[in-house]
Amino acid sequence: MIHSLFLINCSGDIFLEKHWKSVVSQSVCDYFFEAQEKAIDVENVPPVISTPHHYLISIYRDKIFFVSVIQTEVPPLFVIEFLHRVADTFQDYFGECSETAIKDNVVIVYELLEEMLDNGFPLATESNILKELIKPPTILRSVVNSITGSSNVGDTLPTGQLSNIPWRRAGVKYTNNEAYFDVIEEIDAIIDKSGSTVFAEIQGVIDSCIKLSGMPDLSLSFMNPRLLDDVSFHPCIRFKRWESERVLSFIPPDGNFRLISYRVSSQNLVAIPVYVKHMISFKENSSSGRFDVTIGPKQNMGKTVEGVVMTVHMPKAVLNMNLTATQGSYTFDPVIKVLTWDVGKITPQKLPNLKGIVNLQSGAPKPEENPSLNIQFKIQQLAISGLKVNRLDMYGEKYKPFKGVKYITKAGKFQVRT
Amino acid sequence: EIFELKAELNSDKKEKKKEAVKKVIASMTVGKDVSALFPDVVNCMQTDNLELKKLVYLYLMNYAKSQPDMAIMAVNTFVKDCEDPNPLIRALAVRTMGCIRVDKITEYLCEPLRKCLKDEDPYVRKTAAVCVAKLHDINAQLVEDQGFLDTLKDLISDSNPMVVANAVAALSEIAESHPSSNLLDLNPQSINKLLTALNECTEWGQIFILDCLANYMPKDDREAQSICERVTPRLSHANSAVVLSAVKVLMKFMEMLSKDLDYYGTLLKKLAPPLVTLLSAEPELQYVALRNINLIVQKRPEILKHEMKVFFVKYNDPIYVKLEKLDIMIRLASQANIAQVLAELKEYATEVDVDFVRKAVRAIGRCAIKVEQSAERCVSTLLDLIQTKVNYVVQEAIVVIKDIFRKYPNKYESVIATLCENLDSLDEPEARAAMIWIVGEYAERIDNADELLESFLEGFHDESTQVQLQLLTAIVKLFLKKPTETQELVQQVLSLATQDSDNPDLRDRGYIYWRLLSTDPVAAKEVVLAEKPLISEETDLIEPTLLDELICYIGTLASVYHKPPSAFVEGSRGVVHKSLPPRTGSSESAESPDTAPSGVQAAEQPAVIPTQGDLLGDLLNLDLGPPVSGPPIATSSVQMGAVDLLGGGLDSLMGDESEGMGGSGSFAPAPSTAVPANLGAPLGSGLGDLFDLTGGVGTLSGSYVAPKTVWLPAMKAKGLEISGTFSRQVGSISMDLVLTNKALQVMSDFAIQFNRNSFGLAPAAPLQVHAPLAPNQSVEISLPLNTVGSVMKMDPLNNLQVAVKNNIDVFYFSTLYPLHILFVEDGKMERQMFLATWKDIPNENEAQFQIKDCSLNADAVSSKLQGSNIFTIAKRNVEGQDMLYQSLKLTNGIWVLAELRIQPSNPSFTDLELSLKCRAPEVSQYVYQAYETILKN
Repeated sequence: MIHSLFLINCSGDIFLEKHWKSVVSQSVCDYFFEAQEKAIDVENVPPVISTPHHYLISIYRDKIFFVSVIQTEVPPLFVIEFLHRVADTFQDYFGECSETAIKDNVVIVYELLEEMLDNGFPLATESNILKELIKPPTILRSVVNSITGSSNVGDTLPTGQLSNIPWRRAGVKYTNNEAYFDVIEEIDAIIDKSGSTVFAEIQGVIDSCIKLSGMPDLSLSFMNPRLLDDVSFHPCIRFKRWESERVLSFIPPDGNFRLISYRVSSQNLVAIPVYVKHMISFKENSSSGRFDVTIGPKQNMGKTVEGVVMTVHMPKAVLNMNLTATQGSYTFDPVIKVLTWDVGKITPQKLPNLKGIVNLQSGAPKPEENPSLNIQFKIQQLAISGLKVNRLDMYGEKYKPFKGVKYITKAGKFQVRT
Repeated sequence: EIFELKAELNSDKKEKKKEAVKKVIASMTVGKDVSALFPDVVNCMQTDNLELKKLVYLYLMNYAKSQPDMAIMAVNTFVKDCEDPNPLIRALAVRTMGCIRVDKITEYLCEPLRKCLKDEDPYVRKTAAVCVAKLHDINAQLVEDQGFLDTLKDLISDSNPMVVANAVAALSEIAESHPSSNLLDLNPQSINKLLTALNECTEWGQIFILDCLANYMPKDDREAQSICERVTPRLSHANSAVVLSAVKVLMKFMEMLSKDLDYYGTLLKKLAPPLVTLLSAEPELQYVALRNINLIVQKRPEILKHEMKVFFVKYNDPIYVKLEKLDIMIRLASQANIAQVLAELKEYATEVDVDFVRKAVRAIGRCAIKVEQSAERCVSTLLDLIQTKVNYVVQEAIVVIKDIFRKYPNKYESVIATLCENLDSLDEPEARAAMIWIVGEYAERIDNADELLESFLEGFHDESTQVQLQLLTAIVKLFLKKPTETQELVQQVLSLATQDSDNPDLRDRGYIYWRLLSTDPVAAKEVVLAEKPLISEETDLIEPTLLDELICYIGTLASVYHKPPSAFVEGSRGVVHKSLPPRTGSSESAESPDTAPSGVQAAEQPAVIPTQGDLLGDLLNLDLGPPVSGPPIATSSVQMGAVDLLGGGLDSLMGDESEGMGGSGSFAPAPSTAVPANLGAPLGSGLGDLFDLTGGVGTLSGSYVAPKTVWLPAMKAKGLEISGTFSRQVGSISMDLVLTNKALQVMSDFAIQFNRNSFGLAPAAPLQVHAPLAPNQSVEISLPLNTVGSVMKMDPLNNLQVAVKNNIDVFYFSTLYPLHILFVEDGKMERQMFLATWKDIPNENEAQFQIKDCSLNADAVSSKLQGSNIFTIAKRNVEGQDMLYQSLKLTNGIWVLAELRIQPSNPSFTDLELSLKCRAPEVSQYVYQAYETILKN
């Protein structure tokens, strides 16, 4: 099971350590630093590292390495999932998962880690339960606590941990009962030079914000549930109901949570809402090149494409770029060679274009590789897969809740090769 | 600062106390030493304030170990808290007590723990279950004595799913240090309980339960199917670890289902989506998932055959994800999708990352070999890449084109001209060797072959061995093809190889060619230009038996490393090898080979050749090709072939691991598959002079036994003196003891116990002293030992702590046992296995030792060592020095390979140089000590 956890920042300082069994010396992290050095880029540090006596399994989140030490055969995914859960919990408690936030709340962090793992076994990882045990810090509460002398540790048995619905705390009460669902779809795609789609799929999630009193039993149905053939469920969903009736039936956790995530596979046709025309060339034996990119809308179901940002990792030999944008603004960072073009909204009447000259290091050979264009965009009020919620029914409670569904489509890993 | 905190901790105000404890905890978290405050913090423990209590507990867990005497002070509060009406406090107390790793406290823990295990509140029971595992970690004996294990087993039938999950988790952890115990003996009833709990417990509990289920062997296909049906819903879980554990259970039990069953097809279909979904998760999860998918794709390619596209590489994937995806793309490549794959690979070959680009180019070559229809397109893609003139791309391309030539001879030779243009840019040995091989092989079609080869010959001495060997062979080939113009060249190379080189392999090969050419040129032609076996389609597949074992370890570290746990888990002690269940059901007779018994599988496996590491050895063998698919060859050539074959094999054993062998980190296919079994006979007989097998020398006489030494002097043990030694005879280990009573009173009631130790040594029978021991009397006892006790790594490794009890007192002593009592009788490795294993173990694991002034010659050394189960596999004489290759196996399954070089130092003495290779390098030093002891006595 998980032995110890070290939190390491980008400059290689171990700023927090927690041991659930015997203490493992910090020196074990040297193996990690070694691997980090070899990987050059922080993203490329291998997640599983073996050392003579331990295994180090790490994740990289929000500029922090979460490095766990294990000694026996443990499923690595179990460890990685758990580490992400720790990071999520910090995010949830402190609003951000950063070194400063963790250092400012070190005692709460320690208490949380103690509750989340007992002797290496996960104990309470559901945010609902943790919040019952350890209240998140708020300015108001710390003021109140210092006056009344009460603490931020709950004095109740975490009731949820025992019931058959461990994700929901008991005795929830709201004056306004609300249930909101966000259907968020991201398009992952690789578009080749000629503009045809090499690979495309849709990663969707339904994030929910449920503030309902008591023990509501919800069922959510879709107009076209057939779209969902590859789904991962929150534990609250009754799998049998879904198998037989294609209805999501569940008693929800309290607050924000991810109800389902799904994938609309590449077998189905995926609509690509933008196209990119590009001309990037480097001349042989001259220290310059040309850059010309235009972005336009297509297959966007009549909705506006907005929040468009293009980032390009230019080849190492590029010194500088002199470009003009017909819309939005661009920056080029000559140190990391990244071009960012913040386009904004696309209006079909006047297509945004960025063009100009690329300055290369003189004498360097013509770059072999062609940079890929990374595109981000957003489309409000549209689920690109066509998924639509039909209705939400509530059983078990008498009040009438407010209900709402929002759709949004975004670019995920959307890459255009040139 | 400490002083201030101390004052605050002793303050009367609750608030101030709490703030102070918080400050202490904060300092502790960042690694500051605040242990000096121990008594003051512990004083704060008696409080009703839950937060304060928790904080003090946190502190206690951290520092109790360093202040065991002070920690006792806290015991009373713990015991009281365990009786608290609030179950939260009861649970917290029992949980914290378990985390205090102090021996003295554990005694007090037993009673409260027993109560908590039967607590009415499931929250307390589930916490107590984990506590048993903690306690076991600190004091295993205590847990067994107190019967906690049985209580834990009972908890598997608990009504609360959380308790069940935790009991399973605790038992699994305990079972890991007791590989032979039957802690998790599952029967259909308990399986049913687990499956019910599976639906209702937390995601983490589901992982434990699924992993436990995977170890169960259903009695028939119907039971397997019903378990599969109940596990399938887990595939839709949001937690990827749950998904992968469920995949493991399904992959394993599927083996028992008949392929004709509708359900089998349904299950196959259900497995694909969750695996693909894992690839949209965070990169770290993707990596682990990809390593596992790599196994799954090899076992059941049909599952993901339509999902090629999800493995396409995105330019900003981390490099570790890119490389894995590439591997899987090649495995999935088929005629249907080859066009897409090639287009992608070509795209990757222009990326920035050099490692990735190289692998992509290699992948194109592998596609050509795997999918015949695509070969032509692959070759033209490779030619396009060569045109880019990017140095490392060109070199990789040439290496893979050589493989393509070998797979499709006489088909693509038109490209040779283009290759020759790039001769000058090749600076890597592997690429140079490949190019030279091509020139030699197709010498008759290259007009200026002699000039090309001559140009390489100029810097012959600066080339690496790989290139030198290749050049020698290529020029001999050239000579046999165009004897008239190249006589001078061949003489030049032969003299360079035989006279100017220090490398024994090069010299041997040179001599062989020379004699062959001078005695019988016709035979030489038949040997050197013999038709070569085609290389096989699928490259670097994992060997089927290993694959089957790894399938049982899906989701674990073993699956990430593609090695069985026994190969890398520290102090791996007789890890029980898992195997897939045999298929039952109707279609048994019409089985596909993948479920045939393992022995047959190995034989049926086609010659798996060109992983990088093996290319050299393979190329060498090739020249004198073993008659796999070639035409019959004259007897003489077979014998010569055998010589070179072994020479080639020995290359890998002897020299330059760094060049030829070090390359691939992946599982190297055992060369045994490349050497057909029917060569065995002529090989053995024709080689008497090269290989002198020492089989039959030295009969089993039992291993060396050191004289007895005094372990426990009488002064230290109230008059009881113990001396003893260890011995091993015909497979059984014993500890030979002499107990002497030097006191004035009669001793009786002897008993003995071992502490946990590195190899699990434990008494196999109680210590039997029949009559009471009168004053000044001695008794000799031989205590049989076994190695199934609990394991704990000791320092030094061979340290054994022993407790002996008699009617007077209990005495403790520790002794070092010689490692050779652990060398088992079946420690002789197959020669081919030896070669493969030697290569497979990284060079960092090699340890060198000297044994000076030994009075034995090679044969005597070999027979003496054999008496102690160190087996000589091969013997060779190099420049007047004898080299012995030896293997031995420890009781826990660790293999140690040895190379022993015997150098005569003066007429009657020799110096021995010992190189040991082992996957667990920490044992090497002790093996060396065993060698020394055996040889010097």
